[in-house]
Amino acid sequence: MYKGGRIIASLVFVVALLSLPFFYNMGKGNKGPVINLNTSAILQLADKQCVEPTEWMRANHMKLLLQWREEAVRMGKTEYINSQGKSFKISLQTCLHCHYDPALNTSDQFCVSCHNYTAVKPNCWSCHTWPKEAGK
Amino acid sequence: MSLNRRRFLRKAGMVTALGLGGTFVITGLRGKVEASEYETPQQGLVAKRWAMVVDMSKFKTKEDYNRVIEACHSVHNVPGLGNPKDEIKWIWNEDYEHAFTSQNNRYMKESVKNHPFIVLCNHCENPPCVRACPTEATFQRPDGIVDMDFHRCIGCRFCMAACPYGARSFNFRDPRPFIKEINPDFPTRTLGVVEKCNFCVERLEKGLMPACVEKSKGGLIFGDLDDPRSEVRKIVSSQYTIRRKPELGTQPSVYYLVGGGDLV
Repeated sequence: MYKGGRIIASLVFVVALLSLPFFYNMGKGNKGPVINLNTSAILQLADKQCVEPTEWMRANHMKLLLQWREEAVRMGKTEYINSQGKSFKISLQTCLHCHYDPALNTSDQFCVSCHNYTAVKPNCWSCHTWPKEAGK
Repeated sequence: MSLNRRRFLRKAGMVTALGLGGTFVITGLRGKVEASEYETPQQGLVAKRWAMVVDMSKFKTKEDYNRVIEACHSVHNVPGLGNPKDEIKWIWNEDYEHAFTSQNNRYMKESVKNHPFIVLCNHCENPPCVRACPTEATFQRPDGIVDMDFHRCIGCRFCMAACPYGARSFNFRDPRPFIKEINPDFPTRTLGVVEKCNFCVERLEKGLMPACVEKSKGGLIFGDLDDPRSEVRKIVSSQYTIRRKPELGTQPSVYYLVGGGDLV
């Protein structure tokens, strides 16, 4: 091979360079977001379930919230009857009633910590308010 | 390994079927909401056509106006920006000349001419703002209320140009720092969004009268114009009321009772 040594050396160098981040992060455990489920409202619940089963909420909460928004704002239907027949008021404040912990900073709140971890930037809070902000 | 056309097509078909079936299984399992429903709250007030009568005889002092304006603006997180250029208003004072532009006689009773009128969104039957809105952020509900879905507003301000009553305000600045006390039950708005009076849809669904009506001490009367027994209908059909710019054909739902008392 013409100039084989150089080519192979360069290839090795490039591969090493590209795989550097993988080696750099090797062994560092992926901790995941710190999700706080111990708010006083949740601790008081007898049946610790969100408006729908947890697994389903984890995958579909954004779709549910969009559906809530359409139904409440445009259709005037502000009550949600879940799959078990339980009724909830359609409002972000319904979520916050359980998921907001006044003892924590905004960045550690239930939804924010997970969205930060997954680099999702919903713009809910540019208009909707945390209970704490409202108090000021 | 040689592949003739027939065998290639057969294999490709099998792989496609497998792929489609697989996605269906995954999305089918995840996207399933077990029988959930959406309902209108039972305690909510309903009407075929909401309307308001402003009894001008009940608005005498500055306090009468401010109480009503303050009630609305505090419930709806309306900022006090302190300058008329950026001002956000849902309900405000307007003098006769500017409120009733086409009914402006040269020699008029001084008390009418110089008396401020309380004005707000007219929740027109034929709302020009709804027709102008390119995103359907502004829409008309079946009960006649012209409501806004702030989520959809792109801030184009076509509705502001379309509204003949100046009932709409644009957020030229971030309103948050200018709100005295935020009410968490109602969203604030954000930079670049238009807003206006919503006839308190969020209160009606709880069975409450609009905030301004509640604080008006009888100066504002609210009810179903389609119901012959409602108070608004009785006033409108038995006394002389005027509306703002009726010649435009928008059919406003806010009626002004002038001559209801000693003032005008």
